[in-house]
Amino acid sequence: MRFVLLIDFGSTYTKLTAVDVEKAEVLATADDYTTADTDIMIGFEKAYSKLQSAAGNIAYQKRLACSSAAGGLRMVACGLVPALTAKAAKLAAFGAGAKVIQTFAYELTNDDVAQIDAIAPDILLLTGGTDGGNREVIEHNAHMLARSKRAFPIVYAGNRGSKDVCIEQLDGELHPVYATENVMPVLNKLNILPAQSIIRQIFLEKIISGKGLSREKALIEGIIMPTPSAVLSALTLLSEGTNGRRGIGELMAVDLGGATTDIYSIAKGAPSNPATILHGLQEPYAKRTVEGDIGMRYSAHGIVEAAGMDETCRCSGLDSSAVNAMLDRINRDKSMLPQTEEEKAFDFALAALAVRIGLCRHAGTIQQIYTPMGPVFQQTGKDLTEIDRIIITGGALIHSAQYTDIIREAVSVSDEQALIPRKARVARDARYILSAMGLLASYDQNTAFDILYKSFGKDEVYATE
Amino acid sequence: MEKKTLIIGVIGADVHAVGNQILYFAFREAGFNVINLGVMVSQEEYIEAAIEAKADAILVSSLYGHGELDCQGLRDKCNEAGLKDILLYVGGNIVVGKQPFEEVKKRFTDMGFDRVFGPGTSPETTIEALQEDLYGAH
Repeated sequence: MRFVLLIDFGSTYTKLTAVDVEKAEVLATADDYTTADTDIMIGFEKAYSKLQSAAGNIAYQKRLACSSAAGGLRMVACGLVPALTAKAAKLAAFGAGAKVIQTFAYELTNDDVAQIDAIAPDILLLTGGTDGGNREVIEHNAHMLARSKRAFPIVYAGNRGSKDVCIEQLDGELHPVYATENVMPVLNKLNILPAQSIIRQIFLEKIISGKGLSREKALIEGIIMPTPSAVLSALTLLSEGTNGRRGIGELMAVDLGGATTDIYSIAKGAPSNPATILHGLQEPYAKRTVEGDIGMRYSAHGIVEAAGMDETCRCSGLDSSAVNAMLDRINRDKSMLPQTEEEKAFDFALAALAVRIGLCRHAGTIQQIYTPMGPVFQQTGKDLTEIDRIIITGGALIHSAQYTDIIREAVSVSDEQALIPRKARVARDARYILSAMGLLASYDQNTAFDILYKSFGKDEVYATE
Repeated sequence: MEKKTLIIGVIGADVHAVGNQILYFAFREAGFNVINLGVMVSQEEYIEAAIEAKADAILVSSLYGHGELDCQGLRDKCNEAGLKDILLYVGGNIVVGKQPFEEVKKRFTDMGFDRVFGPGTSPETTIEALQEDLYGAH
């Protein structure tokens, strides 16, 4: 018998999953509050005793953990042009499971450096210029960053011609530099995997131990990746399969949280209409975006701001004064659970609108342009209209009885420019196993795939038809 | 000799792709580092590409007759974006109808283009001009 214990130190909950590897089965799951402020082991022990009483007293051969506790992996991205290297840097950081606190484009100023010091990122990703391209800006930025008084590692993934100059400016006690390949070596071509693997390495070597999460070293050393990176790896595995197992194909996932909303797509996003011209930066096959202003509680006002009051009223059936009253309530009590019909209707609207905004920002757009040669379609970003599987996770979606209605409402967009899924089969991460399976994949891919397939390969509900 | 970098593309709502491919091939064969933005390229896309790639020249093609509208303000935007001395070429069927080329050329030169090429220009002509302007060859 081989048993593996998978641990997700989340920002709010510490979630444990016990897996029987030979049977490819989840034996039990358990959770408790994350105790990052005192010692993260306190919350872990509480959850662990729940798990052991549910699964029986098991000895685990392997323990693997991911973490988004204590703020997660906080990053700042710097690039040159906002739509090019700055965007590539942001996509690279998101894909590595980071929270991108801010993205800077063009030359950094003294104020920008002061702001970076105030943010105190875990890692700064420095990019700019294609290989053989612009050197001035990234070299200027390295020069400016050398004035920063905070200690943080810098990942250099810009113009390879400027690498030595920048390392000379920066490398030292305060800002150790990890140089890797350019995130955009050729115009509009993304190359984010090398930067991501360096980010992962720094996360393992420095950041986890640096966060002072626990006095107990052994468990903390088992933390092998940030939580979103584990989720992305589970979704990619389910989509693509393994050597011996066929994946379920292209898919998307939505993680609706209290403060942020994460959207994932494992898809090429090629135009579904052949008469389409692609524009702009090529996007990653496995793409993650994070909406920092969209969340069910801490960012509830952000949802209403982005969706507009009229749409919020229409979606919830409440009038604007009732909407404002609801926002006030949530603002006073972030742990509010909906009780009355009115509260439930408002939470429904918040969830549906948050998912819609997240999907629209993640997906590409298409524009019909009338030319002297007739109408032509111009696409920027990924076309996800043909995706029909959406996996949902995050408390607000998992625990809602109306989760299919939420997704149906979210994807019912009249705006044909937004290339979001039109018909979605919904699968629910009811036992919170996505991140656990991403971890397990690093130990036993086939077992992780089998468990994912059992959970998400079937039993789906069509949200729209 | 250091390879010079060119940005090429067809401006505006113009989808003529064949000539664009021919130029891409011809300029690369001539030893340039060529970044091809394809068809339906906006002014901003040329400029952003030129910044990231530190391009030496932007070559704008237009075949559908609306080039004059599409090209207005490109030089000003380049100046604004810090591409002060970048070489700007335009070529193709850049205006509506049959107009005397000398007049057309003047209008585009006034707009800030360094060279203006009329319909039927062979790639060799443009390559010679590029070599002269970028390398000082004759």
